[in-house]
Amino acid sequence: MVQDAELVKRLKKMAAFIRRDSIQMSLKAGCGHVGPGLSWTDICTVLFFHQLRIDPKNPDWLNRDRFILSKGHGCLPLYSALARKGFFPMEKLDTFCQLDSCLGGHPDCLAVPGVEISTGSLGHGLPIAIGMAIAAKSDNKKYRVITVMGDGELQEGTVWEAAMAAAHYRLDNLTGIIDCNKLEIDGPVKEVMNIEPLKDKWKSFGWYVEEMDGNDIEDILSTLERVFGYKEEKPRIIIAHTIKGKGVSFMENQVVWHYKAPDNDEARQAIREIDLALTKLK
Amino acid sequence: MSLNKLIATRDAFGEELVEIGKKNKNLVVLSADLAKSTRTIEFATVFPERFFNAGVAEQNMMGIAAGLSTSGFVPIVSTLAIFAAGRAYDQVRNTIAHSRLNVKIVATHSGVSMGKDGSSHQSIEDIALMRVIPHMVVISPADGPETKKALRSAIEYEGPVYMRLGRPELPVVTQHINSFNIGKADVLQEGTDVSIITCGIMVHQALKAAEILSSQNIRAGVINMHTIKPLDVEVIHQAARSTLVILTAEDHSIIGGLGSAVLETLSCANIRPPVYRIGVRDVFGESGSTDQLMKKYELTWENIVQAVHKILNRNN
Ligand SMILES: Cc1ncc(C[n+]2csc(CCOP(=O)(O)OP(=O)(O)O)c2C)c(N)n1
Ligand SMILES: [Mg+2]
Repeated sequence: MVQDAELVKRLKKMAAFIRRDSIQMSLKAGCGHVGPGLSWTDICTVLFFHQLRIDPKNPDWLNRDRFILSKGHGCLPLYSALARKGFFPMEKLDTFCQLDSCLGGHPDCLAVPGVEISTGSLGHGLPIAIGMAIAAKSDNKKYRVITVMGDGELQEGTVWEAAMAAAHYRLDNLTGIIDCNKLEIDGPVKEVMNIEPLKDKWKSFGWYVEEMDGNDIEDILSTLERVFGYKEEKPRIIIAHTIKGKGVSFMENQVVWHYKAPDNDEARQAIREIDLALTKLK
Repeated sequence: MSLNKLIATRDAFGEELVEIGKKNKNLVVLSADLAKSTRTIEFATVFPERFFNAGVAEQNMMGIAAGLSTSGFVPIVSTLAIFAAGRAYDQVRNTIAHSRLNVKIVATHSGVSMGKDGSSHQSIEDIALMRVIPHMVVISPADGPETKKALRSAIEYEGPVYMRLGRPELPVVTQHINSFNIGKADVLQEGTDVSIITCGIMVHQALKAAEILSSQNIRAGVINMHTIKPLDVEVIHQAARSTLVILTAEDHSIIGGLGSAVLETLSCANIRPPVYRIGVRDVFGESGSTDQLMKKYELTWENIVQAVHKILNRNN
């Protein structure tokens, strides 16, 4: 598919801005799940700045697409994207994880405009998405339901209970994206508790399965087009191959960056790398 | 261990687990992708063959522990309190407790004091959830040394135990107490005006409050109710007889926790002094530092002192 070069460039820039925000937020807060955030930042960018039909001026718009960050700990890019979309002022990002801030360590829908539902406990997103997808069908609404999960998260039994149910109800308006960065907290997913063969599992549960490079804007764009254009009455899952900590060399594939804030030097170095990537785009 | 060194209960747990594991070959440890946070990583490093990581699957982990216990293994199951008591509740209730299995659940990061991760990770209901289950023993140690003793007692005891630990580093307050008896509270300080019945992270706050009150000529007793179930009913009745008011303090909801347990005990007692509960007032927490959260949710020694002033004035 020939893609709009301008669109790709705009999204790549946005992804860099979001990465920069995430580093700055965690630096200021002295905490944050930086690696898990950087991992799905490109997916987040394509969703929020191209695919999702949402309206910051009307966050409760009935026909909006529903997005659920099932891996709620990865909320840094979500907050940045929502602010940059205009759901709340950019200054709020400076309050991440501070007392009295609406932007807590995990997303709270009662506090953050644009957050569809509170998450933080893993394995909740897919069941919720099923409920929303069934509701859309019952109400004859065209909106789509999208949830992003971690690969370690797939170890939760509820994910597979939901996998069964979504196929049973033939929820073709539901798309799951797995941020498959091959790492969880205690180490590589395949060493802690192997989840492979992933593609076969979802197929055998009755899902339409796609794979993509989840850190490649072009691939994300075209895969999402294909998935949303798919016609069969099946729920859709995308296995997004990603790198935890993507975009900051010393954080990439490093388990320690699951939950750790950069110090001043590390943040400076990270931002230098992100800015360098930005200048290459111009 | 030096006396003024701060130590987190989860650190003491991790250390002692290795010590106990050296002698007790039946000890097996399970984690759900949180071996580092719960400090079971130390046991995993020394005894990899007796460590099992279930991945992010708390319910499965509880079930596996239950199965292991039926063949004489003593499983120590550890994850954050919110997931141990919340996510896996049915396995804990209907399998582990119902069959009275010899499983020890060690739950870390309890209360709002766990800090920055915010309300989704702050377990303020686990004492309530666990103590309502028949057969379950519920322990909430006050400091590092007590955690070690409590862990040994929990392992010697035959049956299910829920042990509630925290993330913050705490001062040592039980150095002068050598034994740990499940169900037998420790009176850390005698009082005549008010009895503060407390547990876990609030014990050192209560001692500090008592010290301040003493300088104001108010004699406050401090009772470390390290076992919330079975509750030391005798010590509560004794406090009711010997002081004018009772104050409970816990990093837990005021609904269903230690405060409720004390009230239940006194509800049909002959002597029923007023009971004032310090705890999280039926709200979810939020992100912040431990100190900020303890202040905002009114869980500090200052709050205890203020509460004592308020009730004593009202009584006069
Ligand atoms: C039910 C539940 N159990 C445990 C946790 C603690 N926890 C937070 S992130 C995480 C690892 C998640 O790994 P993965 O799904 O691969 O996400 P990644 O950070 O790699 O994107 C765990 C165990 C949780 N949030 N919820
Ligand atoms: Mg992962």
